[in-house]
Amino acid sequence: MLGTVAVLLLGITCWAQQTEYSEQQRLNMESHVGNMTGHATIGAPIYKRFCIGCHGVVGDGQGENAMWIDPKPRNFTIAIFRCRSTPTGTLPTDTDLYDTVGRGMLNSNMPHWLPLTNQDRVDLVAYVKHFSPRWLTEKPGTPIVIPPEPPVTADRIKEGRAVFQKMECWKCHGVTGRGNGPSAATLTDDENRPILPFNFHDSQRFKCGETDAAMYKDFMTGLDGSPMPSFADNLKPDEAWELVMYLRTLQPEDTVEKQIAKQIGLKPLEPNGQLPETPATPAPAGNPAGEKSTNSSGTK
Amino acid sequence: MQIGLKTPSDGTNSFLGSAIASLASALTLLIFLLIFFGNPTPGRAIPAFARKYGLPCSACHEAWPMLNVFGQTFKDNGYQLMNDRDSPIWQNPSYWPATFRMTPNWHRESTSQVAIDTANGGQVPEEVTSNGFDLSGLDFHTGGTLYKNYSFYLLPSSDNTGAFHFETVMARIDNIGNSPWFNFKLGKFELDNIISEKRILTLSNEGGYYQLYHFIPLGDSNVFGQMGDNQLGAELMGHSLNDRTRYSVALLSSNDGNVNLSSKNAYSGFVTASQAFDAGYQGGVDRVGAYAFFGNAPTYTLTSYGQPVTSVGNKPFNREGVFALIYVKKLDFSLFYQHGWDNAYFATSTPSNVPLPPGAQATSWNGGFVETHYVFNPQVIFIQRDEFVRMSQQAFNTTPGNNSNINAYTFGFRYYPFMFSRAGFAYHAEYALVQQKGAAPLTFTQLNTSSVFLGFDFAF
Repeated sequence: MLGTVAVLLLGITCWAQQTEYSEQQRLNMESHVGNMTGHATIGAPIYKRFCIGCHGVVGDGQGENAMWIDPKPRNFTIAIFRCRSTPTGTLPTDTDLYDTVGRGMLNSNMPHWLPLTNQDRVDLVAYVKHFSPRWLTEKPGTPIVIPPEPPVTADRIKEGRAVFQKMECWKCHGVTGRGNGPSAATLTDDENRPILPFNFHDSQRFKCGETDAAMYKDFMTGLDGSPMPSFADNLKPDEAWELVMYLRTLQPEDTVEKQIAKQIGLKPLEPNGQLPETPATPAPAGNPAGEKSTNSSGTK
Repeated sequence: MQIGLKTPSDGTNSFLGSAIASLASALTLLIFLLIFFGNPTPGRAIPAFARKYGLPCSACHEAWPMLNVFGQTFKDNGYQLMNDRDSPIWQNPSYWPATFRMTPNWHRESTSQVAIDTANGGQVPEEVTSNGFDLSGLDFHTGGTLYKNYSFYLLPSSDNTGAFHFETVMARIDNIGNSPWFNFKLGKFELDNIISEKRILTLSNEGGYYQLYHFIPLGDSNVFGQMGDNQLGAELMGHSLNDRTRYSVALLSSNDGNVNLSSKNAYSGFVTASQAFDAGYQGGVDRVGAYAFFGNAPTYTLTSYGQPVTSVGNKPFNREGVFALIYVKKLDFSLFYQHGWDNAYFATSTPSNVPLPPGAQATSWNGGFVETHYVFNPQVIFIQRDEFVRMSQQAFNTTPGNNSNINAYTFGFRYYPFMFSRAGFAYHAEYALVQQKGAAPLTFTQLNTSSVFLGFDFAF
C-alpha cells in the first residue's frame, strides 16, 4: 500500500517537475527580428496589458472578450498562423509574427500595434511563441521565394481571370469576388467555426498585407487554420502573379489593373465554367509597357 | 458635511481633528488591505470603446483615464482601430457608445487664511478646514464613429449639484484624402495637449488640475488664456501612421468655451507638434514636443439695460512651451514648461477703453511641472507631481517680485481591483498642497490650500 502511494507521489512529483520545467523552458523563449532579440519574460506584462482580453491568459484565444468577437482570436497554443512566409503546415518565422503584430488583421478586432515600440513587438512575439510547445520541437519553415512581379498587361489580367476559374477560387470567393461563392456558407476554420471568404471589393488591403507580394504569398503559403489552401503545388509563379493582377481589378480603389480591365471590358466569370469573351485590347496609352511601379518586394 | 474653524482655543476642533485623522487612517488602511489582500484580476479597459472593440482598457490607458501611446493613436485616428470594422454598421444595433463616470468621495479641504466676517462688520483672517462625504461632478461621455472616418464626441457634464453644461461637443472627419496627416474637427474640444488635463490621474480640489493650464497672475483678468479649458473652434490635426510624429493647428474663439458668441470677433490659435521615439528604456514610447497658445481676447463687456451683450476691447496674450513624456521601465515622467505673457490691460484688469494706470506693464512668468508615475502593474499606479510658477515681470514694478508665485505638490495612487472591458473602478487616494505668494486675503501673504481625497472612481 505504502509502496503504491510512494510510486504515485513520485509520479506526480515528476510530472509536476516536468510541467514546471517545460513552462520555464518556454519562458526562456526568444525571438529574433533583424538585430533585435525578444524575451518571453519581458513580453509577458506587455501581453497582459494589451492582448489578454482577447487571446486569454493561456493564449488559447479564450479571453473574456472572445465570445463577442468575430472572427475569433487566434489560439496560440496550437501555433497555427494564417500569415506566414513559410510553406503550409510549418511554423512561421519570427519576422512573420512581428509583421502581423504590427499590421493587425484586416476585418477583425486585431488592430495594428505599430504604436508600440519595435522592441515591445519583438518581446510580444517571444511571449506568443511560449504558449505552444511546438516551438521547442520544430523550427520555422523556410520562407518561400517570391519572384519579381512581371509588368501588368491586359493578357495577364485575362489569364488571371482564367486562373481564378481553373483553381475554382469562385466557389468560395464568388464569381465577382464578393466572398459569396456557392461554398461560402459551408466554410469552417480549423476549430470548426464558420468563416467567411475574403471579399475583394471590401478593401484595398488583404488579410496579410497590402502589397501584391503579400497576396502572391497568400496563394503560395495558404492561410493555415482557414479553408484557404496553399496553391504552391498547383500554380506556377507567373500564374500566381496573373491571379494577383486579376484580383486587383476587383478592389474598390483605382489601380492600373482596374483601368486596363475597364478598357478591355473585362467581365466576371460565368459560374458554368465558360469564360465570357473579351475583345483583345492593347495596354492603355501612357502606359505602353503596361508596367506598374514596384520595388523588389513587389510593393506598390 | 462638517465644517470646522480651526483656532488655537477651540477644543472642539482638536477632537474633530482626531476624528478626521482616525477616519482618514481607517480609509487608507482599508484601501491598502483591499490592494494587498484583495483578489485582483488581470487589468482590462474603459467602457464605451472597450465594449465596442473588446480590447482590455489597459490597451489604451496607462491607467484610465490617462492614455498610453496606443490609446493616443486610437484617438488620433478618430476613435478607429483602422481595421475596416470601425463603422457602426459592424456593431450590434443595440450598441450605444455611452459611458458615465462619477466619484463619490470623502475629502478634506483646508485654507490657511480666509476672510471671515465678524459680528462688528469687519473681517479677520482665519484658517478654515472642511471635511465630509461628497460627490464629484458627473461626466456622461458618448463618442465614436458615425461612419468610417466620421466620428463624434459629446460630453454633457454636470457639477456635483447636477447642473449640466456641454463640456465637449465635436464632430470630426479623419484621413481626408486617405491620409492620416489631415483630420479635421469642429466644435468644443480639449486643446491638443498630449499631457491631458481632462485625463488627469489626480482628482482633488487642489490637485485635480495643472496650475499652468489655468494660471493667471493675481490681479490679472485674462480668463481666456486657459489652455486647460475646452475651447470652441476648429482643428486640423495630422500624424504619421504609427503616430510617432503629430501636429495640430486650431483656430479658436477667445471666449473660453462659452457659447452664444460671448466675445466679439476675438480669436486665438493653438499649435502643437511632437515627435515620439523609443529611447530604449522600455515601459513606453517617449515623446518631446512644443506648443503655443496665442491670440486676442476681450477686456470688457458691453451691456444693454444692465445685461451683457458681448465682450470687446481685444488685447493680446500668449502661452508657449515644451513638454516631454519619458518612460523608464515602470517609471514615467511627464515634463511641462510654460512661458506666459499677458498684455498690460489684462495684467491690471483695465478695460481697453480707459487709460492704463501709471506704471502699468505686461506680466510674464515661467513655470513647469514634473509628474511622475510608478506603474506597478496596469492595476496599480502611484502619482506624484511638483509644479512651480515664477513671475518674471509684475504688472507694476512696485509689486513684490514673487507675488503670484506658486508651489504645488500632489501625491496619490489609484488601484483598479477588477477592471475589465465593460466598466472601470478605482480606489483613489490623494493629498495635494498649493502655496501661492500674496494670495491670502487681508494680509496678502502666502496662501496655503490643501486637499485630502479618498474616493471610489467608477465608470460604466
